[in-house]
Order: sequence, then C-alpha cells, then structure tokens
Amino acid sequence: MIEVERLWKVFGPRAERVPGSPLAALPRAELRDRLGCLVAVRDVSFQVAANEVFVVMGLSGSGKSTLVRCLTRLIEPTAGEVRIDGEAVRAMSAKRLRELRRHRVAMVFQHFGLLPHRQVLDNVAYGLEIQGAGRAQRHARAAEVLELVGLTGHERQLPEQLSGGMQQRVGLARALATDPEVLLFDEPFSALDPLIRRDMQAEVRRLHAEVGKTMVFITHDLAEALTLGDRIAVLRDGELVQVGTPEELVGAPADDYVADFVRDVPRADVLTLRWITRDAAEGEELEDTPLPQDTVIRDAVARVLRADRPVPVVDGDVRVGVVDAEQLLPALLGHRRQVPA
Amino acid sequence: MTVTTAGRETGAAEDGAGHPGRWGAAGLRSGRTRIAVLVVVSVVALLSFRTTAAADSSDAAAFRFFDGVRDWVDANRDVNPLFLYGVNYIRLGVRLLVDAVSAGLTGLGFAGLVAVAGALALVVAGWRAGLLAVTGFVAFAVLGLWAESVETLALTLSAVLIAVVLGVPLGVLAARVRWVGAALRPVLDVMQILPTFAYLAPMTLLFLIGSPAAVIATLIYAVPVTIRITELGIAGVAPTAVEAATAQGATRLQLLTGVRLPMARPTLVLAVNQTVMMALSMAVVTALIDAPGLGQNIIRALERVNVGAAFDAGLAIVIMAVVLDRVTTAASRRRPHSWRVAVPVLGAAAVVAALPIGDAVPRFSFAAPVNALTGWVELHWYDVTEWLKNTVSAILLNPLETTLTTTPWWLFTVLVLVAGLLMADWRSALIAAASAAGVNGLGLWQHAMQTLATVLVATVLTMLIGVWAGVLCARHDRLAVLTRPLLDAAQTMPSFVYLLPAVALFGASRFTAIVAAVIFAVPPVVRLVERGVRDVPATVVEAALSAGSTPRQLLWKVQLPMARGGLLLAANQGIVMVLAMVVVGGLVGAGALGYDVVAGFSQREDFGRGLAAGFAIVLLGVLLDRLTQGFHRSTKGSRQ
Repeated sequence: MIEVERLWKVFGPRAERVPGSPLAALPRAELRDRLGCLVAVRDVSFQVAANEVFVVMGLSGSGKSTLVRCLTRLIEPTAGEVRIDGEAVRAMSAKRLRELRRHRVAMVFQHFGLLPHRQVLDNVAYGLEIQGAGRAQRHARAAEVLELVGLTGHERQLPEQLSGGMQQRVGLARALATDPEVLLFDEPFSALDPLIRRDMQAEVRRLHAEVGKTMVFITHDLAEALTLGDRIAVLRDGELVQVGTPEELVGAPADDYVADFVRDVPRADVLTLRWITRDAAEGEELEDTPLPQDTVIRDAVARVLRADRPVPVVDGDVRVGVVDAEQLLPALLGHRRQVPA
Repeated sequence: MTVTTAGRETGAAEDGAGHPGRWGAAGLRSGRTRIAVLVVVSVVALLSFRTTAAADSSDAAAFRFFDGVRDWVDANRDVNPLFLYGVNYIRLGVRLLVDAVSAGLTGLGFAGLVAVAGALALVVAGWRAGLLAVTGFVAFAVLGLWAESVETLALTLSAVLIAVVLGVPLGVLAARVRWVGAALRPVLDVMQILPTFAYLAPMTLLFLIGSPAAVIATLIYAVPVTIRITELGIAGVAPTAVEAATAQGATRLQLLTGVRLPMARPTLVLAVNQTVMMALSMAVVTALIDAPGLGQNIIRALERVNVGAAFDAGLAIVIMAVVLDRVTTAASRRRPHSWRVAVPVLGAAAVVAALPIGDAVPRFSFAAPVNALTGWVELHWYDVTEWLKNTVSAILLNPLETTLTTTPWWLFTVLVLVAGLLMADWRSALIAAASAAGVNGLGLWQHAMQTLATVLVATVLTMLIGVWAGVLCARHDRLAVLTRPLLDAAQTMPSFVYLLPAVALFGASRFTAIVAAVIFAVPPVVRLVERGVRDVPATVVEAALSAGSTPRQLLWKVQLPMARGGLLLAANQGIVMVLAMVVVGGLVGAGALGYDVVAGFSQREDFGRGLAAGFAIVLLGVLLDRLTQGFHRSTKGSRQ
C-alpha cells in the first residue's frame, strides 16, 4: 500500500549533496556543524500493508513529523522514493499530487488546523468543497461523518466554541469526509488531556474496525503506540532503529535505545506465550488441552497457575513447547518498577 | 547605611562578573567617555568655524534646476510620450474615478447619502455604528459644510479605493513571495517617513493642481499602510490551517481565497481602517494643491488667522474621522450581517434616497463663540502665552537656531556622521550624513537648520511631556483607562486639525508650530512609553519590590531602563511626526522650509525653491529617522 524506500530529508543549504555521498555517513551533529545542514530523515525504508495501522514512534526532534509529511510531499523529500499503491509520489505532477491529497490520503494534525472562520460543518466539508462538490452533497456527507465521530448537533458551531477533544474530532471527521484510502495522523492527541486522549484512541480503534483504512500514526507516546499499532517503527535522529510488532519490540528490542524505551512496559500485557515456552523435558507429563502460542501471557496466567502440570503451547496443531509457572513469573514480574532509583 | 552600600557593591560586582561588557560598568563608562569627547570636540569645532549665517540665496542652482524641470514638463506635457500615454492617462483615469465617486455621493442627495451611510455602517459594523454614521453625516449639514464634506469624502474614498486595489495584492505578494517583500520593505520605509508636505510639489509637477494630483498624493501617503498591514495579516495566518488545507489538495488559489484571505480578514479590515484614516488626513492637506473640500475652509481661515471659521471645518473633519474609524474598527471586530439583514436595510436606504427630502436641517456654527473664546484667551491669557512663547524662544529655540545656522554645513555633516557611527551603525551614519550634505546641495541650508531647530525643540518638549504622561499612565490603571479614548481620538484626527488650538493660543509664530507638533506627537509617544513600561516583566518588578525598592527606585532603576526599547521607538516616532507637523506649521508663521513649500504652490516664480524645500524636508526626515532608528536597532542588537 505504502512503500518508503531509502527516504532522506535534509534541511539546509544544498541539501541534495548529502544523500548518497560520503557525507551521508557522518553523524548528525557533525553535519550540522560542518555544512549547516540538518538531517531530519535518514535513509528510511518501510512498507505499510493495506488496512494496517503503522505507528512511527520517536522522541521530539527524531524526524517523525517530517517523515509523515514527506509521504504526501507536504515537505519535499531530498532523496529516496515513496510509493502509494505502487505509484511513485515524487514523480507526480502538481496536479496528480493534488488528486492524491484530495481523494486518497488525508491527514489529521496535532494542532487541528481547523479554519476558525468556518462552522464545523463547513470545516468538515472543506475537502469536498475544493474538489468542486455541490453544497447539498458535501453537507450531507459532512453530516454523515460528523455522526460517525459523535459530533451530531455541533454542525453550526465555530471551532473555537468546542473543546480540544471535540476540535480534534472535527479534524478526524474532515479527514474521513473524502473517504480516503490512507489516513495520516501527526501526533493527533498530544495536545489533549490524558483522559480525552484515551477516549480518542478508543475512537480511532473503533473507526479502524468500522471503516478499515490504512493508517500511519505518529506519536511520541509508547503506550499509544502499543495500543494502536499493528506494527511500530522506532525512529531516532531520523534513522529507523527497529520496525516490528509491539511484542517484537518488547520481546526483542533491537538495541539499548529501544530497550530503554520499552523497559517500563508490562511485558505480560504485550508478549505472547511464544516468547516464554521451553522445550518439554523427556517423558514430562503435560496438560491435555494446549494453549495457542499467540495467547497474550496475562490471559494465560489463570490457566497455567491452576494447572498441576505444564501446559503445552501449540502453533496450529504443532506443539512448539510448554509453559509453566517458572516461565510465567519472570514475565509477570520482570519489568523494572516505575520508581526512580 | 553601611549595609546598603556594601550590598550595592556586591550587587554591582556580581553584575559585572555575570555579564561582562554588557551592562558592566566598563562598557557604560567608555560609552559616556565617547559621548563626552564628541560633545567637547563639537563645541570647539563650532566655536572655531562659525559662519555668519548669511540668508539662503534666492537663486540657488537647485532652484534653477527644478524651475528648468518644471518648464520642460510644461513645454512637453502634450508632446512627450511619457506624458501623452502615461501620466496624462493616469490623471484622466483618476479624474474619472473621483468624478464618478463624487457624482455618486452627490447624486444620492442629502437624505439619501445619510441613509445609505447609516445602512452600510449598520450592515458591516452593527447598529451603534449605523447610528453614529447617521448622526455624523447629519452634523455635516448642521455645520453648513455638507458640500465640502462630501468633496472630502469623495477624495478620501477614491484614494482608499485605489489604495486597496493596489495595496492588498501587493501586500499578499509581499507576504508570499520573499523577494517582493524584500524589495518593497525599504521603499515603504522611506514612504512612511516622508512628511505630507513633501509629496505635494512633485504631484503638481506631474499631474497639475486639482483633484487627480490630490488623490494620487493621498494614495502615496496611505498605500504603505495598506501593504504593510495586509502583509502582516497574510503572514500571520496559522501555518497549521494552511498545511491542513494543502494536505487536502487545495490549489494555491484555493488556499488564498479559502484559507489565507478569510483568516486574515480582521487584519485586512484593520488595514482598510488605517488606510482610511491616513487618506482622510492627507486629503485635507491636499487643499494646498487646490483640491476641493474641507481643507480649503481651514486654509482660508488659517490664512486670515480666523480660528472660528476654521473650527467648524475642523470639527467636520474630526467627526468624519471618528465615524470612519468607528465603523471600520467595528467591522474588523465582527462579521457583517447576513444578506437577510443587509438587503432590507439597504433597500430601505434606497427608498429614502428616492424620496424628495431636502437638507432642511437647523444650522449651527461655532465660528462666533469660538472667536469670542479666542478673543477672550488673547485678552486674558496674553501675558501667560506670551511669557511661555518668549521663554521657550529665548532659552531653547533661539540659541539652538543660532548654533545650527552658524554651523558650516561640512562640519554639521561630519558631526552627523560621527554621531551616527556612535549611536547607530555605519550604514545609517552614511545615509544620514549624505542627507545632511544633500540639504546643503539644495541651497536651503539656513532654512533647513531653522526647521531643524524647531523640530529638535518640539521633540524635546514632546518627549518630556510624553514620557511623563506615559509613565503616569503605566503606573495608574485608572488614569490609563481614562486617557485611552482620548489618545484613540487624538490618533484618528488629521494633522491639520492640530494647528487650530495652537493658533488660537499663540497666534501665528514659530512657537505655534512647536505647540501644534507637540500636541500632534504626544499621543503616540504616551502610548509607546506606556506600553514599554507595562511590558517590563511582572516577575522583575516583583523581585525589585521584594528587594525593598521605593516606587521611585522601581521607576528609575528597573522600569525605565528596561523600557528603553519602547522609549527609543517613541523618540523615533515622535521625531518623524514632529517634523511633519513643524513643516505644516509653515502655514501659520513657522517660516523656513514649510513656508518655502507653501509659497512654491502659490507663486509660480517660487516653484523651484518650493520643490527644493520639499526635497530638503525629505532629507531632514531621512537624517532624523536614520539616526534615531539606528540607535533603536543597535541597542536592540546589543541586548540580545
């Protein structure tokens, strides 16, 4: 669906000389000092499958917002390629690019980006309006998506009359109004209170279940990434450190940076049994009913602890190992406590 | 006592250690030494190179040159293609526009125009503004100045129309296209410091006297504001909204019309508001080049020092300014009524316009009571005003004027250069010095120095009064609330109006120009000073208070030093405004450059001299602005 290949974004004078030259090997700070260039995205490649929720996670300044803007050339990439549905985005003409933005890819912004002089309904209908849709048609569609995000009754209000959470629902509705294939989220909930943020995350999960779009979601919040992402990409200083499912990240962090990131995650909530099975000892007596290997550890706790014997773990019909309390307990207790030393 | 001193010393030591060379004692001392040396050297140089201050020749090369230019233009006006196909068409077009606007306004008739003005104000700015517009327009007729008011309004509206049509697109371009903005900035800078008088002579040269030249002069005066504020508004549109619209595939045109312009709407209306105010102010002054309207009444009255006669016209101008200002300000704060309200209201106005209603309103003129009052003031306050006039003249004006006029021009230029290098940067210094040399080249050295002396005295008085009042306003909230509408009103009034009270009190003299300039320039200075003092961070004030500062210490040691940027900006603004007004004072006996300009309009043989005086005023303005603005900038730079 979305393929990103060796993508670079360098800000600064004569940025294009950096990618593909010996300069590219230099660390970020040295490039900044020597050339006055800032490398925001460095040689990033990944693929997002249709209907997948792909989360890009990183600290502020890691280049994640730049990366997502490169996908539809809101920021022009310096080198590399982005393909959406197999079509090269960088080769698109201005007209073709507008078509892409109008019909196929929509974006939700951290600071909403609503038009303060338009009512909620007209904000949502804006995308249809600039495509030339008729008034009745676009208002009908806008009302439809407003209902989808739970804002029916607020159509005639101005954005400033809504709370932050409701404004972002408008932003979400606006993105959905054109029925795009891909939704891009740039830290959409960072500006919201924690409780509202949780509501909105639930909203996104619900929408994904209902309308099933491909989503690229930028966040600096690990919990958000783990809740929403089918796969997570960790970005540091513009470079991809690791791409994987939440359990891959937690179970097998690629380096200390990622390990540090995920160390406070309750492993039992993320990891599945696959990560903790051991081989059955010879002649060991096992429980009769096996557990599938993609069971999350926490869900297996009751079963395993209550059993008298180790429980076999299977992948389909094939037994991949067994699990008992010995394996379970480290996973349950293993992560360090969230108290400063 | 000992304790305090010790504490102070430690404080100073820490200061010096913490910020070497910034606020440290060493930097200050060397700055003081430099200024002291400069003063001593200047005094010695002045004493040793004094001239006799011989009057300017009435036949300088520059005058002959400008006369020659005039003669050439006169001879080629109907032959040269530049005039035939350019300038003359512009004049024709503007003339058609003014005539159309004027015919439109006059054609509505008294009742019609009042109704339409009220209805328009109601639709864009609410019923209060509508009521104000109706009252104001009726007042024009009550004062017996209906025809003149409509003429002035027509001139103003024509100029505003052109200013908006040219200025808004330019402002948008300046905000969106980097090189356009960069190219326009210095041009606008210069246009904004040009005193009103300086525009007029070149306009008459190109467009002859009358309405077209008046509208174009007004346009040149007003359009920088349109461009500037439009640029600000467009550049200030939230980038997130623009990005969001771009991400949805908006074209550049859709971005402009759907996002940038609507989001900048309040600022754009503010731009119109400021343009209208500037245009009105200038439209009145253009009476000097024979434009019709209220300005004519004022000039005729001023020439005869008939304050009463001028008062009615001045009042009409103030009323027009207040109405236009209130309506456009209110319009920038709210959205216009929808067509559901607009159509019936405008329809009703049209009906009124069609009805045969004459302008049979009761007449009232302030001329007699005002003249009685002026007479009374002259009679009873004569000693006071005369004493004030003579004291300021004897203590400040005359010595300064003598010093300046007896300074040889090259010495003055060198001193300006050195002062510029010390206070500003070398570029400002060079520009200022070049301006000084240019004034001499125009052959008006004595007059320019007389004008400069008047300007400096008026600026000193303006700053004394303005800083004092500004500090008071900053420290007493209630006073600030009380003075705000007063300052608002003062800033909406066209410059001409300020001559009236000055003439009423002091008759026709140099001092009158000073008084008018002080009244004219004090309000913005008060405002800038107040804001500068109020902008001092509350935490710093709190810290100073908790250290036990008295209010006086707080003011002198914390608030004023920290408000330095605001004070210097106020000085810069004040000096430019003072110059503009001192020159206008040429109408009421201030003589010097201002008089040369006015004489240039009225007497054909003085044309060259008038035009040269206009340029000399421009050069003086550039000189003063560069010195003070460079000062302002360089301190800002050193603080970062």
